[in-house]
Amino acid sequence: MRELKLMKGNEAFAEAAIRAGADGYFGYPITPQSEVMEYLMAEKPHERTGMVVLQAESEVAAINMVYGGASCGKRVLTSSSSPGISLKQEGISYIAGAELPCLILNVVRAGPGLGTIQPAQSDYFQATKGGGHGDYRMIVLAPSSVQEMADFASLGFDLAFKYRNPVMILSDGAIGQMMEKVELDEQITRLTEAEIIKNTPWATTGKTKDRERNIITSLDLDSAKMELHNIHLQEKYRQIEENETRFETIQCDDADYLIIAYGTSARISQKAVDLLRAQGIKVGLLRPITLFPFPSKPIAELANRVKGILTVEMSAGQMIEDVRLAVGCKVKAEHFGRMGGIIPSPTQVVEAMHQKIIGG
Amino acid sequence: MTEEIIIAGFGGQGVLSMGKILAYSGVMQNKEVSWMPSYGPEMRGGTANVTVILSDERISSPIINAYDTAIVLNQQSLDKFEPLVKPGGLLIYDPNGISRHPARTDINIYSIEANDEAARVGLSKVFNMIVLGGFLKLKPIVDAEYVRKGLEKSLPSRHHGMIPENEKAIETGKELIKAKHLLN
Repeated sequence: MRELKLMKGNEAFAEAAIRAGADGYFGYPITPQSEVMEYLMAEKPHERTGMVVLQAESEVAAINMVYGGASCGKRVLTSSSSPGISLKQEGISYIAGAELPCLILNVVRAGPGLGTIQPAQSDYFQATKGGGHGDYRMIVLAPSSVQEMADFASLGFDLAFKYRNPVMILSDGAIGQMMEKVELDEQITRLTEAEIIKNTPWATTGKTKDRERNIITSLDLDSAKMELHNIHLQEKYRQIEENETRFETIQCDDADYLIIAYGTSARISQKAVDLLRAQGIKVGLLRPITLFPFPSKPIAELANRVKGILTVEMSAGQMIEDVRLAVGCKVKAEHFGRMGGIIPSPTQVVEAMHQKIIGG
Repeated sequence: MTEEIIIAGFGGQGVLSMGKILAYSGVMQNKEVSWMPSYGPEMRGGTANVTVILSDERISSPIINAYDTAIVLNQQSLDKFEPLVKPGGLLIYDPNGISRHPARTDINIYSIEANDEAARVGLSKVFNMIVLGGFLKLKPIVDAEYVRKGLEKSLPSRHHGMIPENEKAIETGKELIKAKHLLN
């Protein structure tokens, strides 16, 4: 039996990161994710597991500390919210280029610019299409509950090390701030130096006589080599698409219409599904859990048998582009969303389904 | 059973902690719960509210726009949330500082003079527990033993000495709650 607690999403993520055997957290405060570092500072994980928690002088410093820690084979993470994540993009691109594992939490708030501190999902493009420069991808996990905020800490580390790739947890202010029941995993012991040398032979753990130097870099001035490196990265991303696509379907078996939503919007849409079914309209919900890789195949399959698809996002419509790519011209797919930190209500989703899909 | 509640008032009145104690009581009684605060540049003197849902089933949306119960502790909250109570639902308010009283006739309305009582006994900190007591009298969705466990879990251990006062305030609230408008 795992330990049962009532926690905020941000706190659950922080506690789960400690329990996942993290070696270091580097961050800089910003609403609505400040509870992550507040919790870690109060909890003093250094005394529990030896994990380091450090408030850096800036977001840029924090992501480069992550770069350094990851280079040494350590399980390291950072967290921020939208404007802070924008500041980290250079570092994220370097980390992706150097093929380093790390965990990045974005508790999204409304933009652009400083925007506001209320929840939004308007960083979908930035997270899934590469917010920094160059042809790279992050694995992007989208929690829709406090439980998943906790579960994705350890899952995120596992995926990051499996593929030597940065993993982003794309949450939002609502999930970060709300409290729900959460079952926490038991503490995983942090890896010893010897285990790190064995598990991550590429890491800069100190050169020994029996091996070549390990060099961590994203730079190669030889274009032929750089192209080969890029081809290798793309092959890795295709492998991730093949193996790691995750999604949940709710009441899709007999559905005439489909809602596609992730994170907070998926929770609201689930209530909208109940309300629509109470009206006698058979609606199902597909919830992408990974945004990259995107669940294009199951969406394409459902598009063969539903009459219309509504995507619900707290943005001007970003995921809808991936949905339309998956669906092609098979069926009508429309977007409904609110922006600027406004959370749509379940009844607004019901109205949008009537206006844009059923009656449209 | 699913109970969707909004608790709203001034920052500093204990709105969020009242919601947390109710939610934790639900957890201890093995219910599904969600606690969704309004957050933002809100502080003492500003407005604060929290949506608490307790259910025997998985909770879909923690964010809703119609409530089974609204517990409102100032005029702004009354004005904002009275229209959002589901027909047949429950509205509880503290008349302290209220100049425009609730007027709906399709819901049950109760008042509780928790502010005056807390001032009378000189324990302003238990104000929110008096209100919680009034709510639990009308909707006993969690049992007293689990409310106690909820208090133990919600309050830091240095404040556990205050639990008897909190429990007493809950009992006081049960006596203070008064019907203002009842559906037949």
